This record gives sequence, structure tokens and C-alpha cells, in this order.
Amino acid sequence: MRKLALSDEILLTVEKPARYIGGEVNMQVKDPAKMDIRFCMCFPDVYEIGMSHLGIQILYDIINRREDTYCERVYSPWVDLDKLMRERNIPLFALESQDPVREFDFLGITLQYEMCYTNILQVLELSQIPIYAKDRTEADPIVIGGGPCSYNPEPIADFFDFFYIGEGETAYDQLLDTYKECKKAGKSRKEYLEMVAQVEGMYVPAFYDVVYKEDGTIESYTPNNPHAPEKVMKQVEMNLSEAFYPTRPIVPFIKAIQDRVVLEIQRGCIRGCRFCQAGMIYRPTRERELEYLKKCAYEMLQSTGHEEISLSSLSSSDYSKLQELVYFLIDEFGSKGVNISLPSLRIDAFALDVMSKVQDIRKSSLTFAPEAGTQRLRDVINKGLTEEMILGGAMKAFQSGWNQVKLYFMLGLPTETDEDIEGIAILSDRIAREYYTIPKEERNGKVSVNPSTSFFVPKPFTPFQWCKMETGEGFIRKAHFLREKMNGQLNRKSIKYRWHEAKLTELEGVLARGDRKVSKVIYDAYKAGCLYDSWSEFFYYDRWVKAFEENGLSIEFYNCRERSEDEVFPWDFIDTGVTKEFLLREYKRAKGERVTPNCRQACVNCGVKHFGGGVCYEKDIEEPKEADTDEGKN
Amino acid sequence: MKARIKFQKYGSMKFIGHLDVMRYFQKAFRRANFDNEYSKGFSPHQIMSFAAPLGVGLTSDAEYLDVSLLSSDEPSTMVEQLNAVLTEGFHIVEFHPLLEPEFNTKVVTAMSLVASADYLVSLKDGYQVSDSIRTQEDFKKAFQSFFDKQEIVIGKKTKKSEKEVDIKPMVTLFAFDEKEYREKLKATLLYPESPGGAAAKKPQSVADVYENGIKLYLQIDTGSSANLKPELVMEAFYEEQAASVGADLEPSFEKFAWQVHRLETYTRDPETGKLANLNQVPR
Repeated sequence: MRKLALSDEILLTVEKPARYIGGEVNMQVKDPAKMDIRFCMCFPDVYEIGMSHLGIQILYDIINRREDTYCERVYSPWVDLDKLMRERNIPLFALESQDPVREFDFLGITLQYEMCYTNILQVLELSQIPIYAKDRTEADPIVIGGGPCSYNPEPIADFFDFFYIGEGETAYDQLLDTYKECKKAGKSRKEYLEMVAQVEGMYVPAFYDVVYKEDGTIESYTPNNPHAPEKVMKQVEMNLSEAFYPTRPIVPFIKAIQDRVVLEIQRGCIRGCRFCQAGMIYRPTRERELEYLKKCAYEMLQSTGHEEISLSSLSSSDYSKLQELVYFLIDEFGSKGVNISLPSLRIDAFALDVMSKVQDIRKSSLTFAPEAGTQRLRDVINKGLTEEMILGGAMKAFQSGWNQVKLYFMLGLPTETDEDIEGIAILSDRIAREYYTIPKEERNGKVSVNPSTSFFVPKPFTPFQWCKMETGEGFIRKAHFLREKMNGQLNRKSIKYRWHEAKLTELEGVLARGDRKVSKVIYDAYKAGCLYDSWSEFFYYDRWVKAFEENGLSIEFYNCRERSEDEVFPWDFIDTGVTKEFLLREYKRAKGERVTPNCRQACVNCGVKHFGGGVCYEKDIEEPKEADTDEGKN
Repeated sequence: MKARIKFQKYGSMKFIGHLDVMRYFQKAFRRANFDNEYSKGFSPHQIMSFAAPLGVGLTSDAEYLDVSLLSSDEPSTMVEQLNAVLTEGFHIVEFHPLLEPEFNTKVVTAMSLVASADYLVSLKDGYQVSDSIRTQEDFKKAFQSFFDKQEIVIGKKTKKSEKEVDIKPMVTLFAFDEKEYREKLKATLLYPESPGGAAAKKPQSVADVYENGIKLYLQIDTGSSANLKPELVMEAFYEEQAASVGADLEPSFEKFAWQVHRLETYTRDPETGKLANLNQVPR
């Protein structure tokens, strides 16, 4: 029988002991003694969140396909266990073998959002691995970072031995083979990292020196090791149809955030919304084959026993064979009690038909993400959703029986005026008015319109990476202003407005576009007790502010500064394929309130065509025209 | 059709709570391609019910789960199919098809049948009962004298108030080793010769075994009409120890020190008052 790392006493004292015992359905079981390499994959948040992440499941399966390697998992212990582990000096362990993480060869940490950075330090410290990479010895695991936040790894660069920039499917075999050779040949940690640095997509922070100007911006960024390249090109899996997909995902005992089969139908997005980092870094858009997806859906439902399947992509409606896929799923599994969920779906006749088949209309709500309140501002962010489309879609849904609408907006977008903010209230009201044009006897009670706003954070590798971000106070003022405007609407009683935490957003801004100097701030904040920052009950803004002050850094420097066109960004050494010239061009078009066509309408020469596949090579796409690339003309 | 599934729960699965066990079985049935009956409506769910939910921290040889199926195979095939998709810590012992309810009678739920259960309460290694109780012999003597009292009154908390209850009549058997337990058990059973069906089919117990050997077998009232938990018996025992020896000398009941393991779950035969396993009744 499996031995557990924690005693009964501890497991029966902490909340949800199932977070720490492993043994779930589809967990990989191998004999650690027979392995050449032991890899621990970490999601630095609580189990239920980490277990819901598709990327980890993909990597877990890819690495475990190797007979010489055992890939296991670890998540952030919840605060109750964190305390006990520190008191009793219990080292953090992997779920599968229950062995201490510090005995592993690798610790791979996925970076999904900035606000989990303190949890990374928690995982390292509880594992009894030195927090700073420079302090690690030959006995410590190699600590790897990957995932979307590794597109600006600088704020956490000091804590990692290397970063894997890009999609995980491509290079792990090479990295592990190299490691095995190094181990056999008795090579040192540094020698291994030098070999890693030569693999495309790998970034070893210790091999680069940063020189800052007097004003705090970067003067230069240069390799200090002959094996390190000047530019790191992102890894991209061009053949998603044959790429491995985990058809036996792990099924947690306790309810995870995603308690369902997740089927990734495509990667990337053709839309080119200017605020969206995912829409830029995952270019080019690549679809998976329909037949392959059908097969995966079948196998995954069979191997997990889940009663729900969800299609995952940045914009499901743009998947070219969506209708065929969805109707297949309904016909094949609907009768077996399998629920089908379709996030990020554009509301049209097809969507309404599908939704009426798979959901209870009375309980479900429609979701629109106009992101901005006026057409002017939607043009600035290149969000191709018009008021006409929203009202038309809502009306069709109302006529089919829906009466709940969710609306997502952002506050603090570049060039935003009070008029744009008020536009959010007006649009919300118009949707309610639209509903009440239906004769009383034909409508389904009262309408409920639920607009919510998040605060805009400029992200690296987007056209808005040069932008000034709103301050925390500014955000709150805007939210209050909007609340007032909401209350002034005719249908105010049908509208329920919510907004996100502003101070957390401020910090997210710094961590998103920060440089290496921020590492020390994260370390100090963590040492001052910051952990699980994205959980509002554990977010201590004051401790963060103090950490910035003590390190002589200001939040304003990172957030509230319009960057000049020639500024060297901390993330400029990464090449995502999308060129800086394109991003700047897009920024200028944004300021000119000019929309840019999506990838299927016309190629606008963003730079990713050289990857040799995806949407760039679909038929009937217009070649780049002068008009799209030339600044002077419209 | 309905069937009653008997399963064991052991090892690290003792940390999985009742609701999660239910979700686990829902998914397991789907993996095993069972033809479950679903409730109607927009969020259909499998029709199933558990006899006596097991608390977190406890292990068991005899959990019962009733399911509604639209079709099924031979019981042995059903057991095999389901076991093939389970993970360590769950093991199916029996698939017991139930008869349709008699004409003009209501469906009896497994839960309403439950009247009694047997438990094995063992001291985990690394703990001791008290300074004066070091061996199974010491424990046996102390427990025997505790039970010899006229009544054993404990304060039992209900949702509304705390009331005094005499738990002595609710303990129908106790023993200190397996042989003694098996002997005493016979007198309480409706079918003393075939415990758990055919003797050959009886699976090995999954109860954890500890080196210290300090343990107690209990048969106590369980279910909706009278319900006693083994932990309460142990708590009363410790209280009595503290009262007789002096509170500062004796440790109070430590819930992590004892492993409680359910051995069997019974229904009571209304005519004889004897007990039958839940898989020994036709419906």
C-alpha cells in the first residue's frame, strides 16, 4: 500500500486532506528506483486550481511517456499545512511517490499568472531548496519555469535555473536526454545549463548581464556566457493534429475548478485584440483536426468518467469545424448524461441552438465581452464586436427565453475618457431596454444584466506594452464614476454592476512588466508573509508597498510611465515571432482608432509566417497590402 | 433494476469524505460502462444512495451503495468490471441484485435498513492508551471494569441541545481478539453460519494492523433510530479513567490515536431481533 508523507494527525487536522495524498484515477505509477530522471511538475497554487490546468496534464503525459523518467506533481500547500510544515520542518513532497521534492532532478514550475509569484518561493522554501538559483548546489534540483508569464521572466529570473519559453510539446525530450548524458559523464550543473542555453527556446538568466541607465530603464542586455544566444526564440508546436494529447487526464477526488474533460480545439487566436497577450504569443493560430478531436473526446470521457466536456480555445467560434464538432458531441454523448460546455462562443443562431440543447435556459446566462463601452474605444483595442451585434445577439436570445446577460468590460484602457466609461452604463441599459420591447406576455419575467469590470493591465508582447497604466486610485475613481452612471440609468434595477480589486491589479502591472530589480521586492514581500496574493483574504497591499520602498523602487516607475519607442524592455531578448515593429504599428493604429483585420480576412504581416503553418497558410487570405503596413495611410 | 454494491474502503482513501466518495463512484460507473439510470431534467444525475456514510478517517470492510441500473450482467462480471476501473483504496466485494419492491409497498432505502454495525478500534503505533495502560491485557481489564458499570451516561450533542444518554444498551457486543469476536458474533446473527454469504467468497479484511496489539471489537447501534459512534464509546472510557485515577494523571481521548474500522453493517430482522448483513436481504 502507498505510504504517505504526512501523518494521520496532520491529514485529519488540515482542510481537504485529499490535496496531499495523490492516488487519483489515472495517476502515473512507476518505481522511482528504476528511473534515471525524476521530474516534479509544480503549479504554484492550491491543488484544486492547479489540477484544473490543461498544460500540466499535457506535460505530465509527455514526460511520463519516457521509460527512464518519472514525472510527478506538487502544488502549493494551503496555509494551514504550510504552517504545520514549517513548525515541524517537514519537507514538501511530490504527490505520486510522496518523496521530498528536493531529491528530484528537476522541479518544473508553471507560471500562469503573476500573482502566484510568492507561492513559487513558498514551494522552493518548503522543499528546502535554496530560493535563489545562485545558492543552489549540485545536490539541488534544476528549477525550470515555463508558461505564459515566462514571456517576461525577469521579475523572477533570480529564482530559476532556466526558463522554457514557448510551448512544452517540443523540447523536453532533448532537455532530458541531455541531462542524462551529463549525469553519466559526471558534468556539473553549470555545464548542463550551458548545454541547455544552446537549445532553442531556453533562457538561462545567470548567463545574461543587465546594465541600467540612471533613470532605471535598461541600457543593455548582454550574454556573459559564450553558450548563451542573444535572442531566445519561442518554442512552437506546429503540428497540433499529431501532437500528443493526454487522453487519460488525472481525476481528482475533490472537486477541482475544472471538474470536466477539457478538449483544446485550437491554439492561438486570429482576432488580434490589442490588449490580449495570449492572442499575440500563441500565434500563429493552429487548429486541431476534427477526427482527432472526436477520438480524443471519446477516449477522455471513457478514461475519466467525467460527466462534462468543455471545449477550450481563445475564441471557439473561430474554429472552422465547430458546428460539426459540437453536434457530434451532442449526438454521441448527450444521451449519456454528458454535459457540454462551450466558453468563448460568439452569440449567433448556431450558439443559441446549441445552448438551448445543452443548458437549462432558465438557469444559464448569456455572456458578451465587449471590453469597452463605446465603439470608439472598441476600435482602439481592436475588439471587433459592435453594439449592433451585441443587441442583435441579446434580442435573439431573449426571444428564445433567456433573461440573464453577463457583460465583461475593462476600465483604464488606453485613451479612455469619461464618455467611454459612461458608455458601459448606457450599453448595459440598452440591453435591458431591448428586452422590454418584447410584449409583456411573451417575455420571461424580469431581465438581469450583470456588467463587471476588470482593470486593464498592459502586458509584454502586446501593442499596449508601451502604455501608461492607470493608478490604483484612478481605477477606484473610475469604478465609482461608473457605478454612479449605472445608477442613473432607466433600468438601473435590472443592472447589477461589479468590479475587481484595484490594488491587486496595480501589483499585477508591476510584476507583468517588471525587470530583475523586482526579484528582491518579491522575495522581501514573501518574507514579510505575502502568500496566495490572488486570494483577497491573504492579500496584504501594505507589505508589498513596504517592500518596494525598502528596495528603493516605485510602483509608478513600472506602471505609470508611457515608455518611449526606443526603450529596451526587460523581455526584448525573447523572440515570439511577432515583431516589435508590428506591435508598434498596431499601437499607432490604436491611437488613430483604426481597426486591423483578423488573420482570416487579411495578413497584416505580424511576423509569424516563418513558423511555416497554421492560419498563415490557409487559402484565400489576402497578402499583406501596403495600406495595412504603411503608417501614413488608412 | 436495483442492486446493492458492497465495497471496502482503506488506506489513504480514509481521507476522502462521503460526498467525494459519491462523486468517485459516479465517475467509476461511467468508466466501467455501467448502464445507470439517470434522474430526469437538465442536470441528470445517477440514481444512487449510500447505506451509512463513513466518517473521514475511518476505514471499512462493509460499505453499501444502492444503484439503479437499466440493465446489468452476471454479478461476478459486474464486480470485475467495476474493480477494473477503481484505484487503490476501493475494492468491490459483491454485486447483490435486489428484488423489486412488493406490490403496494414503498421502496426501502439502504439507509433506512441500517440498524447496527461492527467496528474494530485499534490503537495506532506510536501512541499509548495512558501511562498505566501499556498492554492489551491492561486495556482489556480497564475496559471490562468500565463496562461493568450500571450505566454509561454521556452528554450527547444534538442540533438543538445537549442531553444525557445511557449508551450501555447501545453496545451489543465487545471483544478483545478476533476469535472471541467471532464467537460472540454468532449469537447476534440471523444467519450465523454464512457470514457475508458463502465462506469462500469472504474477502480478506482491509483493516490496518498495528504492532502494539491494543484493540477492541464493538457492535453498536447504528442508523436512524439509534446511532452511536465508536469514538463516543472510547471518549466515555477515557472520561471514566480520568474520573477514577485522577484527571491530571490520565490523558484524555485523543482522536488521532485510534483507528476505527467498520467490519460489517447490519439490518435487524423485525421478528427475531437478530442481525443480517445488508447484502443478505432480498430488497
